[in-house]
Amino acid sequence: MLEPWIFIALLLGAGMLLPGVAIAANWLLGPKKPNAIKESTYECGIETVGETYVQLKGSYYIYALIFVVFDIEAVFLFPWAVAYNELQLYMVLEGVLFIAILAAGLFYAWRKGVLEWV
Amino acid sequence: MTEFLQDPFTWIGELLKTWLTGLGLASDFVTFLLQLLGALVLATVMLLLTFLLIWAERKIVARIQDRLGPNRVGPFGVFQTVADLLKLVTKELITPTGADLIPYNLAPLLAVMSVVGLWAVIPLAPTLLGAKINVGVLYIISIGAIGTLGIMLAGMSSNNKYALLGAFRTVALMISYAVPMVLALLVPVLLAGSMDMSTIVNAQSPLPFLLLAPVAALVFFISSLGEVGRAPFDLLEAESEIVAGFHIEYSGLKFGMFFVAEFLHAFTISALTATLFLGGWQGPWAAQYPFLGLIYFLIKTSIVYFVVIWIRGSFPRIRIDQMNSLNWKLITPVALLGLVATSVAEKLAVEFAWSRLLVHLAASALVVLVTLTALGIYARTTRKRSEQMPATGATSESLTSA
Repeated sequence: MLEPWIFIALLLGAGMLLPGVAIAANWLLGPKKPNAIKESTYECGIETVGETYVQLKGSYYIYALIFVVFDIEAVFLFPWAVAYNELQLYMVLEGVLFIAILAAGLFYAWRKGVLEWV
Repeated sequence: MTEFLQDPFTWIGELLKTWLTGLGLASDFVTFLLQLLGALVLATVMLLLTFLLIWAERKIVARIQDRLGPNRVGPFGVFQTVADLLKLVTKELITPTGADLIPYNLAPLLAVMSVVGLWAVIPLAPTLLGAKINVGVLYIISIGAIGTLGIMLAGMSSNNKYALLGAFRTVALMISYAVPMVLALLVPVLLAGSMDMSTIVNAQSPLPFLLLAPVAALVFFISSLGEVGRAPFDLLEAESEIVAGFHIEYSGLKFGMFFVAEFLHAFTISALTATLFLGGWQGPWAAQYPFLGLIYFLIKTSIVYFVVIWIRGSFPRIRIDQMNSLNWKLITPVALLGLVATSVAEKLAVEFAWSRLLVHLAASALVVLVTLTALGIYARTTRKRSEQMPATGATSESLTSA
């Protein structure tokens, strides 16, 4: 039971280790001559102005809210899909009803103009 | 010898197991060692495969654009990528001032880790599967998201506005295209009745799911292109707008690792599409000769990968507002519709003992018809609206899109 998860842990470890080794080799082989101009923020030769961490657009936030709704939906739909072969027709239709309610939510957001990128 | 030809993977595994047990090691430890070996081999093969993938992509894109592509280093320029790697290794690693050092250095590692990690649950051949877990599909969704997280970390920690914009776009892309991808992934889970990848492949024995659920296959393919940030959804690194996007402040092999992760991710989504919808290793005599299964799997994956490159060579990059409307107004509703159609069609086929293929094809045809009708109505209303006010339509849109 635990065996596949050990393999996954080892594979993820190897996936971190190999690029780590490559970057370490680069660090060993590459030149190391830092200076202030080289390390300054790259903006195509123009000096950077003001704070880097600007506020993000409000639209991103609204999309994130819609995303949360649909992601939680997935949590409920995966057990339904796994148990599909044991379900009766009316149980499947109940799942369809659930999806329809969510689709109605998406449609409501759409009509409200939330999905426009402004 | 015939055993080796029939099933080399089990044969080698058994050979190593006998040898290690013969050395007097405990059986648990032997299993652990074999798993460690398998993980290292898989990760190394994947990273070395990238050399070939980058070369193939450059060559094919060059042919699409009527160029020759790399043709100097080695036969057909096949060692061009090796030369590129050697150049990158000898470059200086520049860390920008004000960078957040831990996420900045962790990001390239995370990007590669997530892609390599995905291969744990993809069945390469009937007897060659890293980890048979019963939540394979959920694992793909969660580990796949870590790669995007790596890109996000890179953008946020570089202390550069272009990189930050790239990170914003990454988040928008990721959260948008995860939704239809998850909805499309529900369809193979539902048809196979399991989230285990090898069960899903076994369930495609007479009919691949591409024939049963073509809508879900298409939605999965498009949305995973978006999730990975491949062309035409590569606006997180749009050269003409935000220079190089999230990896603008990376140099040397740290940049190289993002490059590796991107190309490998494209290959991985091809492999996932092949596994979930094209039948994975299924093919004539694949069950008796697992090595043939590996070849079938690689052929199917290569075909899908070629389509990915073809799309890259053919489509212009889309804007972020277009990307969001494409996702939320077209792909997500179609994915929902496709999921409903498949679930009802499958139950009806079982209930009334109708032909499974015909019922599913009819359901898919219905979905396509509804989608095309809706698009037609949308196009007509948009055209009417732009005829009413001809001047403002195009310009105001292009001004607000940045």
